[in-house]
Amino acid sequence: MKYLSEYRDASIARPLIDRIRRTASRPWTLMEVCGGQTHTIVRQGLDELLEGAIEMIHGPGCPVCVTPLEQIDKALILAARPDVIFTSFGDMLRVPGSDCDLQQVRSRGGNVRVVYSPLDALELARRQPDREVVFFAVGFETTAPANAMAVWRARELGVSNFSVLVSHVTVPPAISAIMESPDNRVQGFLAAGHVCTVMGWTEYEPLAERYRVPIVVTGFEPLDILEGMLMAVQQLESGRHVVENQYVRSVRREGTPPARLRVEDVFELADRKWRGIGEIPMSGLRLRDEFAAFDAERKFGLGDLHVNEPAECHAGEVLTGKLKPPLCPAFGARCTPEHPLGALMVSTEGACAAYYHLARYRGPAEAATAGAVS
Amino acid sequence: MCLGIPGRIVELRDDGGFPMGVVDFGGVRREVCLSYVQGDARLGDYVIVHVGFAISKVDEAEARRTFEVLREMSQLDELDWIGEVAAASAAVQTAATSGGAVS
Repeated sequence: MKYLSEYRDASIARPLIDRIRRTASRPWTLMEVCGGQTHTIVRQGLDELLEGAIEMIHGPGCPVCVTPLEQIDKALILAARPDVIFTSFGDMLRVPGSDCDLQQVRSRGGNVRVVYSPLDALELARRQPDREVVFFAVGFETTAPANAMAVWRARELGVSNFSVLVSHVTVPPAISAIMESPDNRVQGFLAAGHVCTVMGWTEYEPLAERYRVPIVVTGFEPLDILEGMLMAVQQLESGRHVVENQYVRSVRREGTPPARLRVEDVFELADRKWRGIGEIPMSGLRLRDEFAAFDAERKFGLGDLHVNEPAECHAGEVLTGKLKPPLCPAFGARCTPEHPLGALMVSTEGACAAYYHLARYRGPAEAATAGAVS
Repeated sequence: MCLGIPGRIVELRDDGGFPMGVVDFGGVRREVCLSYVQGDARLGDYVIVHVGFAISKVDEAEARRTFEVLREMSQLDELDWIGEVAAASAAVQTAATSGGAVS
């Protein structure tokens, strides 16, 4: 594969890799938070190039992957209603719910539409006042400002047939949960560059201090990731544990204040379940009471659903770094991007899909070896 | 959906006090909300866009490089969604003009 080989031989990448190897006096275990970073690491084989110096545990930063099963099932219920036009980002359509996915609901006559932006869903509601338009508001802090503004704008314009099914999660509580897990092995984090473009990094400073763990705000391109790894290893070797910013061309300490403030106007913190991981206290966002009229769960009276994850899917172990995807018994056989058992096999940001595509490029045996590196 | 796409602002407009604009992503154009970069972004500037919202400004060289990296990483699915949305809107408009039922 052209792109892979280019980076493996890249003259800029090589000195960085050598420097990381020279700096690391022992193997260190780092976690990249963002699914975009996972995609780059697996696709470029960065983890293999650094075998023995750094082990990367792939973090839970793929919004498609961590949206809990009950929220997917609620989406399926809403999408099947004849009075509803259900709108969503494209990558949620193939995430398996308990019985089916949104694409299957669409093929059975459900009105499911892909939108690029929540503002497209709002516009659709304005054009079709006789239908209920519901938008599936998922994601991390990168999509929260967009979803917050859509709700804000709906209220401003008095669009009463627009509502959102919210399943927002935030990164810092996930870092706490990982560090407090009794079997945690993570010694340093590469924080998600685009999340921090919005939020800045002040929330991470107390985490670095409390858990004595280096956190490096990092971009998603191969050289960004290598530089972020080097910065984290330098901290670990010198016994420091602070927040540093590798992604200076995009991220400032205070983030993007107007976006952050609009998120606070519309959303408040709430407990949230993460698919494969379980509930993390105060790790999600829900609409404030003053925006209850735009909350699809309240509007359509969707109560708590009791759901069971398929036993064959080991997403929880993958998300917590206990299992590399190619070592899952279902990987590539019962579970493929065409027929996924779990969300990690759906999104291009999901760890299982990233390894699956790697196997396609290099052959399953080699990918399995890559997965076994620990 | 978390990776922003860089593009160039080719049109600025005010939608009843709501700052909007048109951004060109390597030839694909769409409307973008400029509320979060208001007062900072001007015509011709490059911005990073997340799901229809400009979140930060970048320089041209950075924008071009990032766009190429995203294209090579096949991380530009969102541009396909723009295409799907455009097709759906056209269908809605056609149905509305012809008086047909809109589904």
